[in-house]
Amino acid sequence: MRKKECVAMILAGGQGSRLGSLTQKIAKPAVPFGGKYRIIDFPLSNCHNSGIDTVGVLTQYRPLALHSYIGIGSSWDLDRRDGGVYVLPPYAQEGSAEWYKGTADAIYQNLNFIDMINPNYVLVLSGDHIYNMDYSLMLEYHKKQKAEVTISVIEVPWHEVSRFGIMSTNEAGRITEFAEKPKEARSNLASMGIYIFNWRILRKSLEEDRKNALSSHDFGKDVIPKLLADEHRLFAYYFKGYWKDVGTVESFWEANMDLLADNPELDLHNPDWRVYSVNATRPPHYVGPTGIITRSLVGEGCSILGEVDHSVIFPGVHIEEGAKIKDSIIMPYVTIGGHAQIYRAIIGRKSLVEGGAVIGSASHGGICVIEENIVIPSDVEILENNIISKQKQVG
Amino acid sequence: MQNVMGIINLNDGQDFLKELTMGRPLAALPFGGRYRLIDFILSNMVNSGMQNVGILVQDKYRALMDHLRSGKEWDLARKRDGLFILPPNQDPCSSGGCRGNVENFYNNLDYIESSRQEYMLIAGSHIICNLNYRKAFKFHQDMGADITVLYKEYDTEDELLQYAILDCRSDGRIINMGTRLPRTASYKASMEMYILEKGLLVKLIKDCQAWGGWDFVKDVLIKNVGRLKIYGYPYKGYAARIDSIKNYYRHNMELLKPEKWEELFFKSGLIYTKVKDEAPVKYKENARAFNTMIANGCMIEGRVENSILFRGVKVHKGAYIKDSIIMQKCEIAENVIIENVICDKNVCITQGKWLKGEKSYPLVVTKGTVV
Repeated sequence: MRKKECVAMILAGGQGSRLGSLTQKIAKPAVPFGGKYRIIDFPLSNCHNSGIDTVGVLTQYRPLALHSYIGIGSSWDLDRRDGGVYVLPPYAQEGSAEWYKGTADAIYQNLNFIDMINPNYVLVLSGDHIYNMDYSLMLEYHKKQKAEVTISVIEVPWHEVSRFGIMSTNEAGRITEFAEKPKEARSNLASMGIYIFNWRILRKSLEEDRKNALSSHDFGKDVIPKLLADEHRLFAYYFKGYWKDVGTVESFWEANMDLLADNPELDLHNPDWRVYSVNATRPPHYVGPTGIITRSLVGEGCSILGEVDHSVIFPGVHIEEGAKIKDSIIMPYVTIGGHAQIYRAIIGRKSLVEGGAVIGSASHGGICVIEENIVIPSDVEILENNIISKQKQVG
Repeated sequence: MQNVMGIINLNDGQDFLKELTMGRPLAALPFGGRYRLIDFILSNMVNSGMQNVGILVQDKYRALMDHLRSGKEWDLARKRDGLFILPPNQDPCSSGGCRGNVENFYNNLDYIESSRQEYMLIAGSHIICNLNYRKAFKFHQDMGADITVLYKEYDTEDELLQYAILDCRSDGRIINMGTRLPRTASYKASMEMYILEKGLLVKLIKDCQAWGGWDFVKDVLIKNVGRLKIYGYPYKGYAARIDSIKNYYRHNMELLKPEKWEELFFKSGLIYTKVKDEAPVKYKENARAFNTMIANGCMIEGRVENSILFRGVKVHKGAYIKDSIIMQKCEIAENVIIENVICDKNVCITQGKWLKGEKSYPLVVTKGTVV
């Protein structure tokens, strides 16, 4: 294979247990987002749009949906003769078979893949963030600074610093201090989990980390602090723009709602920065004579006869006359019966909400989550903050 | 139906759609919010299990090539067979143009003869339906027919002047066929879809060349009504004939009836088209859409009624679109009012303009115009 300048490694094996029933059957990067996409579309599209044509996707937890979704990568133009997308699940070797024990270990176990590509730089990405970013600018910065590692950072509100890995830098942008989830911080620059490594440095530090019995084999907790302690050239790359870690049900819901603003920070309509995805083969959606849609995103193949306000509607959804939907996310192929009411809820794929059922409450309560393939009978009222799964059927 | 090769003949000599087919063949005419006419016949063939489809193109076919490319979207980018564009012979000495729709068959006879399939299914692109050919093919074999012609029975006053009318016996055998046959209360109009064996097609095309007739209906079918076993197979579903601006407008509008929408897009298989990776439709605060079909990539701030919006249309605040067809990437500015209008691709209607056509004579705004 021709030598590549930069290879991207997307960490897509996480269970995303805080997303609860949304990731019961699929890995977090495969969770649908924004009326059409899945979360992994964002890093994959960013790679394509940044000119990176060799991408490894490291999978582990419930990978079937993710594997079949990625396929040979043609949706992101990553079906290439030289390079393209490589799905990399854990594998057995002579004498042992082990899972990926941490983000660093996952890359370590695929050193042979990176050796095969033999790049100058390795871009490590996470498969569960929502953002549009040009990695080629970050790589330029990395080269300009003669950095050995560059970490992309974003300013976060001061009261949230304890949720992130926080960097302190000198004027030149060189990282002087790194604190994982600090109680008190001297900076509000949070790591976005996006790293560019010089391949030789990465290889060496992963091999060292592997030998360290005390390490949890995590980039943020182990590898980066060690590199910093050894006085390598670590630089911070400031990213300005929309970036969201959709780790919890609330943040997932919020990120969807963010798209409904008049001029959302995350632009899905930019013809020069398309977010690619596997397209559903469905006709344009139909709004009936009784349908009213405001402040919403609606996908293809839907038929809308009810009222939809401030919601995200995925492809193939049917909403019957008199139904009211507000502040909600309706996943693909859901049917909502006449005069059903849905507020602040996430309705899972292929579920059926029969006519007259009420889910959630219009006031600012917690979010209701209905898992996939559930039938909510007509006489049921589900209060805020509820999770309805197969184990906990109603009616 | 792997033993059947599809041939889509785009030389239907139709320029009835004036402005809309000025820069593109009829087959590349946008339809139904995100499709082009050829998507329907191609999807029907693929959904019926056919894997080898040749397209006989005539002229202005750049738009079509751009749409079809490798045929990947229809699963026709195959190692063997798949999609083939069969271009016309360009003889620099002849200035007479094409003599008839058999000519392109003749020019591409090599390709047809060397195909692995024993049967041929010939169709045009301008009759739109969602049809699985398996039953018609079985009928063809069961009857031991030489040629099977698919037809649809009409009992309305529809003017279907340019189609052949069939006169069938009760078993389906065609005993008379012609474009000027008297129309009784119910009549059978050809759908210009034919099934026959490859060897027979090759022979018939060579006969045409030998005797100097170049019209498929007249010189292949009508001439042979007595000599060959030609059968009619009734198609009973929804079919839209796109042969005039009025019919183009009318059949687009029919898609606003949910049962028609359901039948055309889902009945016996999905309709595939070129993917554009547009975002879902964004409805803003003051949006009001009503009995309307809207494709991805649109941004709606104004009011849209009884209309069809193709991919990537922007409707600004205070704009009012009624009974109209707005093609890809049009922009309808603030406070525009349009009614009974067909906007071709990339049209921009600037602030405050009022445009109005008639239902029987919709106003067509040509591609790329700024009004």
